[in-house]
Amino acid sequence: MKKLLMILSASAILLASGALAAGPMISVNQFVEHPALDAVLKGFQDYLKDNGVNAEFKVHNAQANMGTATQIGQQMIGEKSDLLVAIATPSAQATVQALSKAPADLKRPMLFTAVTDPVAAGLVEAIDKPSEFVTGVSDLLPTEKHLEMITTYKPDIKKLAILYNAGEANSKAIVAAVKELSSKFGFTVVEATAPKTADVYAAAKSLVGRCDAVFIPTDNTIVAALESVIKVGTQNKLPIFAADVDSVARGAVAAMGFDYYKHGYQTGAMAKKILEGAAPSSLPVEFQHELQLQINLKAAAAMGAPPPEELVKQAAKIYE
Amino acid sequence: MTIYAAIGALEQGLVYGIMVIGVYLTFRILDFPDLTVDGSLPLGAAISAVAITSGLNPYLSLLCAAIGGFAAGAVTAVLNTKFKILHLLASILTMIALYSINIRIMGGPNTALIGSATVFDPLIALGIPPHLASLAVFSLISLVIMGGMIWFLKTEFGQAVLATGDNAQMIISQGVNTHLIIIVGVGLSNALVALSGALIAQNQGAADVGMGIGTIIAGLASVIVGETVFGSSSIARAIGAAVLGSVVYRLAIALALGLDLGGFTFSPSDLNLITALLVIGALIAPNIKKKLLAQ
Repeated sequence: MKKLLMILSASAILLASGALAAGPMISVNQFVEHPALDAVLKGFQDYLKDNGVNAEFKVHNAQANMGTATQIGQQMIGEKSDLLVAIATPSAQATVQALSKAPADLKRPMLFTAVTDPVAAGLVEAIDKPSEFVTGVSDLLPTEKHLEMITTYKPDIKKLAILYNAGEANSKAIVAAVKELSSKFGFTVVEATAPKTADVYAAAKSLVGRCDAVFIPTDNTIVAALESVIKVGTQNKLPIFAADVDSVARGAVAAMGFDYYKHGYQTGAMAKKILEGAAPSSLPVEFQHELQLQINLKAAAAMGAPPPEELVKQAAKIYE
Repeated sequence: MTIYAAIGALEQGLVYGIMVIGVYLTFRILDFPDLTVDGSLPLGAAISAVAITSGLNPYLSLLCAAIGGFAAGAVTAVLNTKFKILHLLASILTMIALYSINIRIMGGPNTALIGSATVFDPLIALGIPPHLASLAVFSLISLVIMGGMIWFLKTEFGQAVLATGDNAQMIISQGVNTHLIIIVGVGLSNALVALSGALIAQNQGAADVGMGIGTIIAGLASVIVGETVFGSSSIARAIGAAVLGSVVYRLAIALALGLDLGGFTFSPSDLNLITALLVIGALIAPNIKKKLLAQ
């Protein structure tokens, strides 16, 4: 009898998913191929798959060209999907603009993701006040949690350096936040910038002797050339902290893990609500829920900064 | 390709077409390979965006953008003519300097214009749907620019510009100051590029410091596609062809975005490859047609 029930319920589930086979269509405007953004898309798609939404995806990639991102925005309006998703700020702006220009019968709900400051980017009026069609998930770093971790790790820190590309809106927002919090944590901020990956090594070297530790935000340019920063850190016993877990695997000392896969997964949950009929205006902009501490012991030893016992206990993942 | 995407491509082709006329002026007429455009396009966008967000009329912001672009082009030309720096290097130096300058102007890498006043507002107020309003504005402005450029090249000064590109030695021997001509010519070219950037920013809802990347590539591709497909037997024809070349280039992207070959699916990352293949197709089609007709 139990078996029969199981078969029945299984076939009911199959039928239900069969009914969803002609499921919703989702158009995606991704700005560029990038490990973090690719992970967002994967997480987004996986959430929907794991939760029984059999969506069809039309994925477009602007290959880092804003003109193309604008055209993708218009292309997606023409595709008449059930939901539009934009990954990263330039694509989100292009999609919101295409949406605002679209005739009323082509307007669709839209979710942005991997956008640090959706208000400054003009996507929504306020975090708790999404617009009629647009809401999403912000990847604004919980800066305070990062600084808490760094000052627990290295309590004697007097000067914290930030290495970033001044051309990235995300990084600028983080630098401003770190500066604002610096007095609370009792250190001063030293800045070094690199406009492109080829300049990262020189920028990292310029920090030697001017700071006690280096913090790398989720900056596309610096993270792309992370190895050169790690090299400078190892040679000069200068601990390098990161803001994403992938960088810890690559040799940064530690990070309060920002996991872009989970970021996309969280966006997927919002998508499901919208596909089930929730209005975007009823869903406030979300921030990343979960952060996890990761520590690279080998890097810590090489950079002369062994972690305190309490952090090792807290860590979700430790690289030996 | 949906109709909506086609309208979008036409719109993008026309607005980038203004930039392409600028590239045509330096690349073909003045024989001055100018990479400043990768910086002057976002410069125009930045100036326009900041002007609009501080309350200036969007049409006046276009003028400010064009003046800024002229200045950027003039700097490149002065570096080349007065300080004897090779034109390519001079333009690269201005371009990389503009990256920092654009961030200074905007106070950050990105200024949002979503919901701000734009040049499209008067038409939208008349009841024209927003997605057609930008098409109308871009058609009008690019027609005016095309006409203006054809007129300009027929003036005495314009003839001197043409002669400078063709045979500088000859025109110098006639007592014309080629330095001034190059400075004005490259300045004018970048004024058009910046104007294009300002309109693009208002259309896409943001000015971004990274939006200039690849401008010269799109510009050169459009000029050459235009010449090959639509001919360049006269100045007027060549200028029209430059804008149409830009439209073809954008249609190729739209076509690549919407391409769906039954069972075989492209990966989103194939976009640039498909665009390149479509442009190659547009380039060799006239040749094949000629060969077929000759037989």
